[in-house]
Amino acid sequence: MIEAVNISKFFGNHEVLKNISLQFEKGKTNLIIGRSGSGKTVLMKCLVGLYGVDKGHIDFDDRNLSKMTSKEQRDIRKDLGMLFQGGALFDSMNVEENIMFPLTMFTKKTYEEKLERVNFCLNRVALENTNKLYPSELSGGMTKRVAIARAISMNPEYLFCDEPNSGLDPITAGVIDELISEITKEYQTTTIINTHDMNSVLKIGDKVAFIYDGELWWKGDKHQILKTDNKELNDFVFATELTTRLKN
Amino acid sequence: MFNALGEYLLLMFQVFRKPDKRKIFRKQLFLEFQNLGIDSLGIVAIISAFFGGIVAIQTAYNIDSPLISLTMVGFTTRQSIILEFSPTIISLILAGKVGSRIASEIGTMRITEQIDALKVMGVNTANYLIFPKVVASLLINPILIIFSVVVALFGGWLACVVTGLVTSQDYILGIRYCFEGFIVFYALIKTVVFAFIIASVSGYQGYFTKGGALDVGRSSTKAVVYSSILIIIFDLILTQLLLT
Ligand SMILES: Nc1ncnc2c1ncn2[C@@H]1O[C@H](COP(=O)(O)OP(=O)(O)OP(=O)(O)O)[C@@H](O)[C@H]1O
Ligand SMILES: [Mg+2]
Repeated sequence: MIEAVNISKFFGNHEVLKNISLQFEKGKTNLIIGRSGSGKTVLMKCLVGLYGVDKGHIDFDDRNLSKMTSKEQRDIRKDLGMLFQGGALFDSMNVEENIMFPLTMFTKKTYEEKLERVNFCLNRVALENTNKLYPSELSGGMTKRVAIARAISMNPEYLFCDEPNSGLDPITAGVIDELISEITKEYQTTTIINTHDMNSVLKIGDKVAFIYDGELWWKGDKHQILKTDNKELNDFVFATELTTRLKN
Repeated sequence: MFNALGEYLLLMFQVFRKPDKRKIFRKQLFLEFQNLGIDSLGIVAIISAFFGGIVAIQTAYNIDSPLISLTMVGFTTRQSIILEFSPTIISLILAGKVGSRIASEIGTMRITEQIDALKVMGVNTANYLIFPKVVASLLINPILIIFSVVVALFGGWLACVVTGLVTSQDYILGIRYCFEGFIVFYALIKTVVFAFIIASVSGYQGYFTKGGALDVGRSSTKAVVYSSILIIIFDLILTQLLLT
């Protein structure tokens, strides 16, 4: 379990996160939703320690992230996989090398063992035989999937996904949601997903937190979200034709 | 400015650590030998050959007194090349070529979140990205400079022989006249210091790039400008320290 306790984050005078407290449970897909610019990415980067928080603290199973030395932080990161909003694949490496990189860096596996793991991960994201392609040769959806494969290559305990299916067609988006959900159940990872896709929310929202302008506005699950009378959340949920029809 | 200096020193503190994984470091190092060293051979050769020729011809034209032997042409060419041209001018050229390359490579990785991705994995990013470049520069720049000296002296010889200003014999005699090993040592010390400046300053500029693609361009310009200025400043300091 990961717990954020009263965290605030400023960029200059701009308070991007305002006193947020949230718990993210093991074996569940914990969704963070909110409009563009509401602070989802910043929140996720605070959770993984890429940004320091200005107030409050973050605990990984009772280990306080901000109190750790940089060595301890680096150790905990070996249990952590993250999918960045833009993929963040290493341009200079092909798909296989990208996924293999954390394995080479942190394990003593032989090349054959690593290759087996790479192929296993590629298989999970339905991208067999793309080993030798370079990031510039991948489509947006393939980039996301390779990035997921890289995020899970070390079998992480904590999995962070920043908008795993934005910019993808509905079918691929669904496949990726299912994949992340499956991995979460199968390996009992603590999974945190940023999204503004209501399809994902209704499908895999074990726990949902709604961030509005840097504040935690609402929390619940995929069933409760359709029945809420919170105005801002309702505007968000029923912003599309599809969800509006669903309500009526 | 003091902020930047502090930031730079803190970064260097992160850079000079034992690499997480020897094998990966070695692979990066060889890649940098290629990128920073071998890829620069062409430009170093061309500039050195022409410069050697130019210095030789100029010296020959300036000696119009029959009292001064034409062997002085070889001697003067050798001295200017080893003392100043190869270590300093070639390092300035490398600051342009290698410095901008380092800054834009690392800067691009910064703005596309590749550095964040490395950090999240638990990699010491400063060490992983900058250390191999610094080590490669420290090892390969002296070789490039020696190569430059050899090519420049050859360029001088060729210019003398082709123009007929100085005979091959006189030129070679001049090159060997009163040779002290110390000047080579001096040249190499300068080269190593300049190599460190180029790699570390450019690494710093790239590493702290903020913003978008435009800022990557800005970082790489800054890398070239700052390392060039520092090279000239340290040239003065080292010359003062070593030659007087
Ligand atoms: N490095 C930064 N420096 C200054 N301000 C920032 C920085 N990163 C984000 N912000 C600001 O923080 C706010 C939240 O940004 P964030 O990227 O978290 O939004 P988001 O919810 O992820 O949006 P999207 O759905 O579009 O990805 C925005 O107002 C943004 O301008
Ligand atoms: Mg975002």
